[in-house]
Amino acid sequence: MSVREIAVDLLIVGAGPAGLAAAIAAREAGIYDLVVLEREDWQGGILQQCIHNGFGLHRFKEELTGPEYAKRDIDSVRVLDIPVKTGTTVLSVSSERRVTAINRENGLHAYQAKAVILAMGCRERPRGALAIPGTRCAGIFSAGTAQRYVNLEGYMPGHRVVILGSGDIGLIMARRMTLQGAKVLACVELMPYSSGLTRNIVQCLEDYDIPLYLSHTVVDIHGRERLTGVTVARVDDNLQPVEGSEIEFECDTLLLSVGLIPENELSLGAGVTISPATNGPYVDNRFETNVPGVFACGNVLHVHDLVDYVSAESALAGQAAAAYIRGEVPTGREIAVQDGEGVRGTVPQRVKLSSGEQTTGIDLMFRPTRVYSNAWLVVRAGGKLMLAQRKMIMTPGEMAVVTLTPAMLNKFPDAQAITLEIKQTRPSD
Amino acid sequence: MYDAVIIGAGVIGCAVAQRLALYKGKFAVVDRAHDVSEGASKANSGIIHAGYDAKPGTEKARLNLKGARMFPQMCAKLGVLYGKPGALVLAFNEEDKATLEALLQQSKENGVPGCMIIDRKRILRMEPLVNPEVLYALYVPESGLVSPYEFTCALADSAAENGVDFLLGRHVTGLEHNGSHWMVRTEHGDLACRAVINCAGAGAEPLHNSISTKPVRIIARRGQYYLLDHEYPLRFTMTLFQVPTLMGKGVLVSPTTHGNLLIGPTAEDIPDGWDAATTRQGLFEALDKARLTWPSLSTRTVITNFSGIRAHEANGDFVIGAVEGAPEGAFEAIGIESPGLSAAPAIGEELGDWVAYWLGAARNPSYREPTPIPKAFGQMSDNERAAAFENNPDYGRMICRCEQVTEAEVRHAIRRPVGATTLDGVKRRTRAGMGRCQGGFCSPRVMQILCEELNLDPTQVTKFGGDSWILSGELADGAEDLA
Repeated sequence: MSVREIAVDLLIVGAGPAGLAAAIAAREAGIYDLVVLEREDWQGGILQQCIHNGFGLHRFKEELTGPEYAKRDIDSVRVLDIPVKTGTTVLSVSSERRVTAINRENGLHAYQAKAVILAMGCRERPRGALAIPGTRCAGIFSAGTAQRYVNLEGYMPGHRVVILGSGDIGLIMARRMTLQGAKVLACVELMPYSSGLTRNIVQCLEDYDIPLYLSHTVVDIHGRERLTGVTVARVDDNLQPVEGSEIEFECDTLLLSVGLIPENELSLGAGVTISPATNGPYVDNRFETNVPGVFACGNVLHVHDLVDYVSAESALAGQAAAAYIRGEVPTGREIAVQDGEGVRGTVPQRVKLSSGEQTTGIDLMFRPTRVYSNAWLVVRAGGKLMLAQRKMIMTPGEMAVVTLTPAMLNKFPDAQAITLEIKQTRPSD
Repeated sequence: MYDAVIIGAGVIGCAVAQRLALYKGKFAVVDRAHDVSEGASKANSGIIHAGYDAKPGTEKARLNLKGARMFPQMCAKLGVLYGKPGALVLAFNEEDKATLEALLQQSKENGVPGCMIIDRKRILRMEPLVNPEVLYALYVPESGLVSPYEFTCALADSAAENGVDFLLGRHVTGLEHNGSHWMVRTEHGDLACRAVINCAGAGAEPLHNSISTKPVRIIARRGQYYLLDHEYPLRFTMTLFQVPTLMGKGVLVSPTTHGNLLIGPTAEDIPDGWDAATTRQGLFEALDKARLTWPSLSTRTVITNFSGIRAHEANGDFVIGAVEGAPEGAFEAIGIESPGLSAAPAIGEELGDWVAYWLGAARNPSYREPTPIPKAFGQMSDNERAAAFENNPDYGRMICRCEQVTEAEVRHAIRRPVGATTLDGVKRRTRAGMGRCQGGFCSPRVMQILCEELNLDPTQVTKFGGDSWILSGELADGAEDLA
């Protein structure tokens, strides 16, 4: 039995905020022959279960809920008549951009695309990845799964809740479960700082008197069938539990909000190289991976805090893919972008410039490796100081951005490598 | 009245049941768990041992060899993946080499073909990631792999297809012989039977001792494991043992039939045979010991950890046959620790035949050969996938993205003769939820299908039966407005 193959200019994997923004931008840049494939039965991705507000402040200058934010892009996609195939799971992407997919309507089918944009998003780290000891009872959920049960299915996963990890989804769920009548006993964070947004710590924990245990972790899980309790202990500077510091919590639910992992299994199959710092592809400033014609954007590239930035980044990726399809590729110099002291996961990892004078700036996104206050963000080109910015506060929980302006790029015409670093004192040259 | 009741729905109980189904009679398997394969049979290394390890002359040695030889054909009939990648037993010092020599000698006495001692150069050519400090290894070409729970579920299906009853979620509380027949006492009523067969694994001791004048001692020996995600190319293609210790075969690093890597087990004797919790110390020890085999081992791709309970009989051998010192009609297969999985087909055959002979049962003329489990979507070629969809459009809807499990397979798992009734049951039969996200994405979908197929409310769906509920109830109010 042969597999039907369809030629297409642009194929986008995923109709979450990243895929939709990329599709809209590519379409507006003149790409008409495109398709978006989405494994869920709806567009909008994980936004659809994020019914709290706080989305869109940067992009739309107003506070929207997740579904409201998604609807704006979904409406645009409809107006632009961009085909989005939901309920369609991509099974493989090859380095030659052959994509196989399956759905109920067409069965197994394939596309040959001129360009592919990977926008699969991320998944939550499960319990096993943390090796939390104890029984393997029911009642342990990743926070996002619990959010789906509550917000999309209309069911509560339990009554008495402990949350491990202070990632944003965990914080949001602390509030959500409380509002639905559950008792949230504690939010437990391994690190001495939260990995969530400050506004969520205030609005989701403090406003509801939910204690946050920093430098603590869950060291044992009890309950043979359903969870009956967890043991929490303080950790030392090496993140090892301190004996004698154990606190017992009687609870029937443990939510894990312990990190998100870009979902790059399809990318790996296409031969895309993955950065250990971001768990996403290495890309240039056009969001092209090491595989020609394969682009990546959104949480599959690196985990964002705010969807607004996902949309902005993905629109750039959509424009870049459109240019690639038209045969426009930059012919200027290439600069490597490197993480220096105090900086982790800078994206993009390389910059490809057009020839001649630069006219547009390039945003570099990164996270500090720890909390810094009154520190200096330093950009160096081949060792020479390019930029130093004073920062009041920088935390791993909030992605930071620095822009390489055309002026900066033009001032260092020979730079082959740019390094970002964070210094406690003002750098001298 | 049943002709025979088997206590325990692990691999041994199911293998005995599948063999008994060859004969005419009324048979049942009873287990306190709500599914088959919920004890040691779901949490072990999944190795089909070649048979070099067991002392010559023991039941372990004899049945291991016999069982391992039965595996390839049995798995083909049942539609269960089986592989024979071979194994290495690694020696890191001269003292260990003497142990290898002894194992080699033992392999010859036991009749294991093809074993040889090889040197470092050859080891590293076969498995480049092995610790380069290795000196020698026993190469065991006949070492195989199976998914123990897939195998157990398939045996149960075959037995059930031939009329064996599976009475699950029924805890056996006692055994009595009333002069003419046996009464198996359970929390949900008694089962009368002519023969009773104790295959209760870690729970076998009290049953045996309640009916026999010759008590046994079963020690619960816990083993903790790590499971790593599948990565291509495979980091290791063979099963890597270290030299065995008094407590067992030591910590191994092995691929599984599905391309994951398994690390473990530890060996700790514990007082409670049902305590399959992992511990901080045990998990540390498993990794620490595995690093002797694989120094560059990283936990980056760990997807889960678990423990299983081996039923170690104090004298160290399998105890199989009629229960000594008990009234007529009592049989057992107890103390079935490693190489119990490897020996299971042989134990099933011998004990099944033995009980049938004792019952005087004739061959079942309407016996049906097993219906092979359909090939998993994740294992299919593109052409096979296209064809599967033509026959059943449910193959077009992906349920588990990590393991590529489709709706067709989840529905099939629930509709099998001993079908899945829980999330874990679906997981063991299809791998939905077995992958890197550990059910984060697929469990709501699997739950929905369970509700449709079994006519359940979502709050009635459990992880593995009993009180292992997933959802406590509907939202208090306004739930429908939120979706």
